[in-house]
Amino acid sequence: MTGPLAILADSWNYLVVICLMMGGLFIVISQQNLVKKLVGLAIFQTSVFLFYISVGKVAGGTAPILMKATDVAYSNPLPHVLILTAIVVGVATTALGLALVLRINAAFGSIEDDEILAMKAAASVPRARRDASSSEGAQ
Amino acid sequence: MTLSQIIANLPGLVVAIPLLLAPVVALVPLSSLAWVLAVVGTGLSLICAVLIQGSVTGGASYSYFLGNWPPPWGIEFVVDAASALTVVIMSGLAFIATLFARQGLLAEIAEKDAGMAYAAWLLACGGLSGLVMTGDAFNLFVFLEISALSSVILIALGSGTDRRALVAGYNYLLIGAVGATFYVIGVGFIYAVTGSLNMADLAGRIPDVPQTTAVMVGFGFMMAGILVKAAIFPVHIWLPAAYSFAPSAVSALLAAIATKASLYVLARIMFTVFSGTPDVTAIAVEFVLIPLALGGIFVGTILAIYENDIKKLLAFSSVAQIGYIALAFGVASTAGVAAGFVHIGNHAVIKGGMFLAVGGFAIALGRRIDLDSMVGLGRRMPITTIGFLICGLSLIGLPLTAGFISKLYLVRALIEADMIFIMGLVLFSSALSVAYLWKIVEVLWHKPTVSTPVPETPGLYLPLWMLAIGNIWLGVAPAPLIEAAGRAAMQLVGGM
Repeated sequence: MTGPLAILADSWNYLVVICLMMGGLFIVISQQNLVKKLVGLAIFQTSVFLFYISVGKVAGGTAPILMKATDVAYSNPLPHVLILTAIVVGVATTALGLALVLRINAAFGSIEDDEILAMKAAASVPRARRDASSSEGAQ
Repeated sequence: MTLSQIIANLPGLVVAIPLLLAPVVALVPLSSLAWVLAVVGTGLSLICAVLIQGSVTGGASYSYFLGNWPPPWGIEFVVDAASALTVVIMSGLAFIATLFARQGLLAEIAEKDAGMAYAAWLLACGGLSGLVMTGDAFNLFVFLEISALSSVILIALGSGTDRRALVAGYNYLLIGAVGATFYVIGVGFIYAVTGSLNMADLAGRIPDVPQTTAVMVGFGFMMAGILVKAAIFPVHIWLPAAYSFAPSAVSALLAAIATKASLYVLARIMFTVFSGTPDVTAIAVEFVLIPLALGGIFVGTILAIYENDIKKLLAFSSVAQIGYIALAFGVASTAGVAAGFVHIGNHAVIKGGMFLAVGGFAIALGRRIDLDSMVGLGRRMPITTIGFLICGLSLIGLPLTAGFISKLYLVRALIEADMIFIMGLVLFSSALSVAYLWKIVEVLWHKPTVSTPVPETPGLYLPLWMLAIGNIWLGVAPAPLIEAAGRAAMQLVGGM
């Protein structure tokens, strides 16, 4: 069996990784809603977790627990350990991101990127020099 | 623990002390005690770094095994001329920024947040030192995220004075996380083809595996991730907002050390991990790193000329200066990499000082400052202003200052590598940088509308003056830094 079908049959797991990766990254870039952006980021990171786990799997391999039999193939446990670390990092990133979104919502009253951008533009209009020096004199 | 045990564990301690102190500081209710602990943490870290630097002056290098697991199985901290020099620069600047934070941070954040803020501060310092010390490709990602998440917290603390700090923090979190994930994808590819994560081990294995697309893709992803973290044009977009809306003390800390660690990692990956595939790195340098560095130099400089907000102006200038360092690494000769390390040190001292000075202005006046509110400050706050000026003159590269030495060595490296056209661009951009500095100097000495002197406190200007004197000292007696940078370059590209 050759051609696209063979690729699909042999490495469908990598195709899943690619779809999730591109989908997640697209959400991060295209969405205006700050929570949806974080969802996209989580999907993007998850695709990398799956990638590592796929790489670590040995065909026909079993869990890497030492057995008496000598002809056993073990799967590589190291990628799992790495991804355990990466999952923790991912959780921390998402938690911090959501906490920031809460604070942004409290400060701006919106979690839509374009609305916040408009408010930021309004806030960054330079104050008149007279206004600045008079407020300073009041101190 | 005996003295010899402490000395043997110095490479671990330089990272572990700030990381271990961070949770303690978070529990301290008194802001002054939290600050004392932060000073102790960064100070001890600096002492460790100086001792490490002393132990590699003979060109020696050794590695430290975490948990006594030898590499390539365990995680290894590598101590050589390059990592020791970078860690000394970073912990020195972190210590000075912490001294400033006593008054600088409390003026801009709520008292109750101080303990947590210093905890994030220490985590950022420890994470960035770990980034430099580690010899393990995946461990590097963990330190990358420790420093990134704590930096985001520190940036978002600026919301006390300006709510836009929250958005700046969020954007940095998002862009930084995507960048770090790119790096992890690259590590995954390289691990899949070589089966190793140890950098020195990888350097030996990569030339031996079939040079498939997987190696190229892995290299590309790793570099892309680090370029984001190092804020190299055009993925620098998080930097101006992050530096300008963060509290002043945080801006100084991050401007001085954060991108420096990533630039060091960039050099490490190009020149150590992929040292066995010079054709791959040559393509990356010629078609990616040098053009992007030049783009950063000009975009940063030109945006700085048109910017009115002073912290944003300095942040754009940082983008340009990061471009110079990346360009120096892009030359990829011993002289070029040495010039890069010289500028890592000098730019940390220059930009750290300038952000401390601007922090001093902002705190004394009690508000965000742009060029309009700086009118006449030279007469009202002479001590801070003169410190600012010394750092500024060093930035444009006036002789007898640190910046001049950087430019001199960069230009010499470019001439040696026959890159005369690029050298011309560097000199032209230096001339352009005079334009934005002059803009600031001009308003500083204008006749002020209010001429009462503003009280200046030693807690705010002494750290600045330490860096200002550092600028002159590195300009008059640059030999130690140049020698150390030369050794670092020999260590990284000695064979090339």
